[in-house]
Amino acid sequence: MEAAAEPGNLAGVRHIILVLSGKGGVGKSTISTELALALRHAGKKVGILDVDLCGPSIPRMLRVQGKAVHQCDSGWVPVFVDQEQSISLMSVGFLLEKPDEAVVWRGPKKNALIKQFVSDVAWGQLDYLVVDTPPGTSDEHMAVVDALRPYSPLGALVVTTPQAVSVGDVRRELTFCKKVGLRVIGVVENMSGFVCPHCAECTNIFSRGGGEELARHAGVPFLGSVPLDPELTRSLEEGRDFIQGFPESPAFPALSCIAQKILNEAPVGLC
Amino acid sequence: MEEVPHDCPGVSSAQAGRGASCQGCPNQGICASGAGAAPDPAIEEIKERMKTVKHKILVLSGKGGVGKSTFSAHLAHGLAEDENTQVALLDIDICGPSIPKIMGLEGEQVHQSGSGWSPVFLEDNLGVMSVGFLLSSPDDAVIWRGPKKNGMIKQFLRDVDWGEVDYLIVDTPPGTSDEHLSAVQYLAAAHIDGAVIITTPQEVSLQDVRKEISFCHKVKLPIIGVVENMSSFTCPKCQESQIFPPTTGGAEVMCQDLKVPLLGKVPLDPRIGKSCDKGESFFAEVPDSPATLAYRSIIQRIQESCSLRQPKGENLVGS
Repeated sequence: MEAAAEPGNLAGVRHIILVLSGKGGVGKSTISTELALALRHAGKKVGILDVDLCGPSIPRMLRVQGKAVHQCDSGWVPVFVDQEQSISLMSVGFLLEKPDEAVVWRGPKKNALIKQFVSDVAWGQLDYLVVDTPPGTSDEHMAVVDALRPYSPLGALVVTTPQAVSVGDVRRELTFCKKVGLRVIGVVENMSGFVCPHCAECTNIFSRGGGEELARHAGVPFLGSVPLDPELTRSLEEGRDFIQGFPESPAFPALSCIAQKILNEAPVGLC
Repeated sequence: MEEVPHDCPGVSSAQAGRGASCQGCPNQGICASGAGAAPDPAIEEIKERMKTVKHKILVLSGKGGVGKSTFSAHLAHGLAEDENTQVALLDIDICGPSIPKIMGLEGEQVHQSGSGWSPVFLEDNLGVMSVGFLLSSPDDAVIWRGPKKNGMIKQFLRDVDWGEVDYLIVDTPPGTSDEHLSAVQYLAAAHIDGAVIITTPQEVSLQDVRKEISFCHKVKLPIIGVVENMSSFTCPKCQESQIFPPTTGGAEVMCQDLKVPLLGKVPLDPRIGKSCDKGESFFAEVPDSPATLAYRSIIQRIQESCSLRQPKGENLVGS
């Protein structure tokens, strides 16, 4: 496979944002999806590149699981999530013959596919490309950072949950970012409290405060806390647009705020 | 060793060292000589080491953040409550080693002895090993590619002197990649009792967990059963909520479909996270919680399953 990046396929992409975490299950795919939806609602064209090869979650979150990927002259055509073609997605999920098929690959093979995903997907004109990653600081992360380096990504959103066990891993991810020269746009604290829908009692199921403290310790911006919201979880399960459908729900203000910060930081066109 | 060509055919393939992409690779000579295809001597060495380990359990999940490390730690605590049961907990999550914190052993160091590396002992009958003990700072990142991670796992399995152990619990990172393949391959000669697979109720988790089950079948790893974690949440003021809704029937339906045992469901309890953060056993902190009772029932089922499995001599798990 040709290793040199085709300038063509990412030439039309204005801003690239990576979503990282040292820890699994904190909500990287959730934040990637909701950020894309929020940016779409602000009138932007967004692409999502899902480089989690073992656990590709995003197709289902946008209700496009099972779609096929087609080829064109410049490479693979990403899957459009809507008729207006305002959100496009590439994921290994689309390349599996069966949804339960496991991708049991060692590092070198994963690296090869990720390089292809970066150079051979015909994204066209995009305002933002959001890159969702698996947890860790290993092959996928090194491969995607190396492959994206020539395109000067805007930086990384680093996701954590409040508790110390998460923060413990995410500190290492922040070190990774420093080591590879990837700017940290900020830290997002997800699953930050649960407001009981029956009585409005707030319970800190996964503890509290860790994300903000981590941002302070690392000297990076804190972008906000997103609470646990069963409506958000359900929307992702069913591939529904939470941002459009549930503006009153507890997670909405925080998610909109994070999107607004990205828009302010990296404006596209007249905002 | 780090710069493997990205279309490397694989060190044990017929094309190893001979393919077009092998030109210029620093390992080309080794591969072309066929050395890569020979069985790794470490497998026999690990078999020897594992002779003193009665039962080996892998804790897996396709999905991150479902509670593998929490479960592994509490399985270890639960089994070690019987002071006559020797328990070993091995953390092979190289990038995100949570076990030292959850076991309250952060900052501990690993020592060498004549017989190998000594695990860190929480109790006389509970020893722990993790890459976390080898890092000097909580900010240190382990930025390793697959081959280097595999090397670490090999060392953990071959060089740690666990002594006489009734249960070795291996906590894994999420996914179906290097760490999982290596654990199964290196333990190929040593008979693994099976895998306990952790999930949460929602489809986003289950879709990854089905892949993990498929991985187990592929590498012929028996499945002891599935645990559904974060099953429901009872608000301290009023009633139950489903924070992670089982929109496709949760683990129960998945287990029925795939014909694997459901070992039990553990409800969400904010005190679990707090115990983990403090490095304390949840069983000791909150002995009467529904979550504790659920865990204990699951642990018992695992013990029963292990006692039914006879080590099979040469009939082995592996690639």
